Amino acid sequence: MSTTATTRIVGASVPRKEGVDKLIGRALYVDDMEREGMWFGATVRSTIPRGIIRSIQFDPRIDWSQFAIAAAADVPGKNHIQLIVADQPCLADGQVNHCDEAILLLAHPDRHKLREAVNAVRIEYDPLPAVLTIEESEKQDVIVLGEDNVIKSFLLEKGDVDSAWANAAHIVEGEYRTGAQEHLYIENNGMIAEWNGEGGITVWGSLQCPFYVHKTLRAVFDLPDDKVRVIQTETGGAFGGKEDFPSNLAAHAGLLAMKSGHVVKMVYDRMEDLAATTKRHPSRVRHRTALDRDGKLLAMEIDLATDGGAYSTLSSTVLSRATLHAAGPYVCPNIRIRSRAWATNNVPYGAFRGFGAPQAIFATERHMDEIAAAIGIDPVGLRRRNFLHDGEQNATEQVMREPVILDQLLDRALAESDYHGKRARFASENQVSPVRRGLGLAAFYHGSGFTGSGELYLNSLAGVDVTADSTVRVLVSNTEFGQGTNTILTQIAAEALGIDYEDVTMAPADTGVIPNSGPTVASRTSMVVGRLIERASLQLLEMLRSHAGLGVHYTSEDFFVACERYRAAHGEVRSLCHYEAPPGIFWDDTTYHGEAYPAYAWAIYVAQVAVDTVTYSAEVEEFWAVQEVGRVLHPVMAKGQIEGGVAQGIGYALYEKVILQNGHMANNQMTNYIMPTAEDVPPIHVHFEELPFRFGGFGAKGIGELPHDGPAPAILNAIRDATGVGFNRIPLLPEDIFAKLTARQPVEEPAVL
Amino acid sequence: MSACRPTIHMTVNGEMRAVDAPPMKRLLDVLREDLHLTGTKEGCGEGECGSCSVRMNGELVNSCLIPVLQAERADIQTVEGLALNGKLHPLQEAFLQCGGAQCGICTPGMLMAAAQLIERNPHPGMAEIREGLAGNLCRCTGFMRIFESVIAGAAEASERAVEHAHDAR
Repeated sequence: MSTTATTRIVGASVPRKEGVDKLIGRALYVDDMEREGMWFGATVRSTIPRGIIRSIQFDPRIDWSQFAIAAAADVPGKNHIQLIVADQPCLADGQVNHCDEAILLLAHPDRHKLREAVNAVRIEYDPLPAVLTIEESEKQDVIVLGEDNVIKSFLLEKGDVDSAWANAAHIVEGEYRTGAQEHLYIENNGMIAEWNGEGGITVWGSLQCPFYVHKTLRAVFDLPDDKVRVIQTETGGAFGGKEDFPSNLAAHAGLLAMKSGHVVKMVYDRMEDLAATTKRHPSRVRHRTALDRDGKLLAMEIDLATDGGAYSTLSSTVLSRATLHAAGPYVCPNIRIRSRAWATNNVPYGAFRGFGAPQAIFATERHMDEIAAAIGIDPVGLRRRNFLHDGEQNATEQVMREPVILDQLLDRALAESDYHGKRARFASENQVSPVRRGLGLAAFYHGSGFTGSGELYLNSLAGVDVTADSTVRVLVSNTEFGQGTNTILTQIAAEALGIDYEDVTMAPADTGVIPNSGPTVASRTSMVVGRLIERASLQLLEMLRSHAGLGVHYTSEDFFVACERYRAAHGEVRSLCHYEAPPGIFWDDTTYHGEAYPAYAWAIYVAQVAVDTVTYSAEVEEFWAVQEVGRVLHPVMAKGQIEGGVAQGIGYALYEKVILQNGHMANNQMTNYIMPTAEDVPPIHVHFEELPFRFGGFGAKGIGELPHDGPAPAILNAIRDATGVGFNRIPLLPEDIFAKLTARQPVEEPAVL
Repeated sequence: MSACRPTIHMTVNGEMRAVDAPPMKRLLDVLREDLHLTGTKEGCGEGECGSCSVRMNGELVNSCLIPVLQAERADIQTVEGLALNGKLHPLQEAFLQCGGAQCGICTPGMLMAAAQLIERNPHPGMAEIREGLAGNLCRCTGFMRIFESVIAGAAEASERAVEHAHDAR
């Protein structure tokens, strides 16, 4: 059991494990790797959103005998990239269902010859009617996937919503929309594949989940487990964007390696990465809320829709998380949440930090401010009146068994930001200033780990071993892509084993070496996998004490002497543990009731915004992020996670607009897809309240996704405070602010019935 | 072939290098492919992200926008040239301590921009740091840890310069 006892390494900001390599330019990312005789691959993609492929013609001016070419017919196994449902082809076979869908693959020894070759392949189509928005899809005039365009739907019901309206003092409605968002990891997707004939296939690449790629390659190449090997290279950012897509790219590089007989490298340039890979799901959320005279929630009816794109990919699980976060961290006796992911002919949307929660929380937290305005309560008071506390139940009727300190977080956030003082000051300054300032807040929680019974199904296996040269290795499939996996897990092992941080390293992220400890997603690494490493380390100590004479008090040297003694007797020094759920976890997948997550991280975020009524630009001037994420294992990295997430959330709210034209991303360049720069990001003040979680690695809960949930609603609430006008759609660009502030009649005001 | 693949001479990280390359080949590709200095990264290929930043004749440039012809007789410094005799540059040390590097892909370019900044201005204020790094995009950190790193690195660099001056006396 984790304790709050004093620790030496956990809780200290030790240097990042792979930090020096990254700082001196020695860390090897996939594009930095060279192999003798390596070829390069490129992709021929669809230029229409939906249609039948009539013909494929190769321009005779190119000497095609110099190229390897792969098409759907070359796939030796199943032509599917299956994350959940097998509906996405590895290469389009006869029909395309979105723009930029992969149809043909080309490889050549000179990468500079590929662009011309891609342009010299002419594809003719018989276009089919396409569906490009949630609204078009839900009309169901044109069916583009399955029988009804519905990728997945959920219905979550608690209490009796229908009979709540009659007794309500207030009923407030609102509709909220979020746009697509690009991960914009600075390293584009890339993969190297080697085909070894009978020996199978090996890939090296930029990826989050080695065993997801492993599963795909087994199916696409019809190979047994031991003939597929996936090795993660240093990965230059991911944010969910390298959870699903690397499976596609690994299969593509593998096909070209098989066809060419050479090692093949495929690295996308920025335009291809932006146009062809996954993004955050756009959403539309409608709220109808009943309250009593005092502002207590009586009923919440929520209709949530996402655009899933052309194939199901991870849309069902993203929708699940959106559904489970849609009612916010509030107590409400009657709740109905109906959610659907709709198929369209847009490029498939996928995992992105927060995984549906940012969309749902944007709507909920914007709606809370609209409710506050409509019924005449201040936004702080309204939230406080409805917060969840220990022992109370959320939307899935999960009883909050761990301490909930939302009030404490709120008090701290209000004090740190001088919320009340500033609001009063701005209210008077705004009377005379062309720049109007305001403060807005968001209250939210984020479930750590897989949903419901997900962690039990995963049945993760993780552990540690000790090599003959006296190095402890952490054995996990959880990967480093900037968020700190290497450092956190080696800290935990060193702490639990009672040895030095320098004595512990990570085993290579190579499916030939590591056990499957699950994917690196869902804010699960520190909490779930960290706990496994803690347990496996304690188990190793027990092995050494029972069988190798390790004493109660020992030095690092004693430890490794005992390891050698153990090795001499048992052949290897290795300790693995399987996941064990915290006791009392019950989850019903059919009714969506029970313990949705083993733990929640909680937060109150406050944004200070200035809206210039001459230029109509909105700028975040200062930001406060106060949260409880269990024990903070590495203060510097934890701050870095929060600050990075807040910056991405600011981009989501005010800058980052994916412009789709006929289903193709028209602004697929960094020149016109704008993310916040060093000059745009405000001072971000990060505060943690620490409450160690009994079942997390040294008390940790999830942290990675949380900070993306709160910024957008806090910022738009601050804009409402500054201007008196509620904006319900992100991204919110100056032209959107201009349009609404200069409109004669206010639009989209909350309807008070 | 010699007409279209002239030999280009450059000083890279203090060493004279001669490269046979097409004149319009990007300096970025020459560094990575011909000189195997893969510390310099490509992020966007159009001068927006700054991942490929190197110093050329004392100026910070995006090496993806420089045809190698333009680098003839130039003095180039890349991230591989920052640490001296196995000792990390004060900025590298500070990035390590302050959490300035996360995924690391923007880090080489960010370090070069920061090195350029503190060489021009040994004690930059926050506004100057923000401006100096505005051409280098980082998607992981939200920049706060980087700003701290630059402040700490600048302080350490000044101290080392003072020590160096003392040693020289």
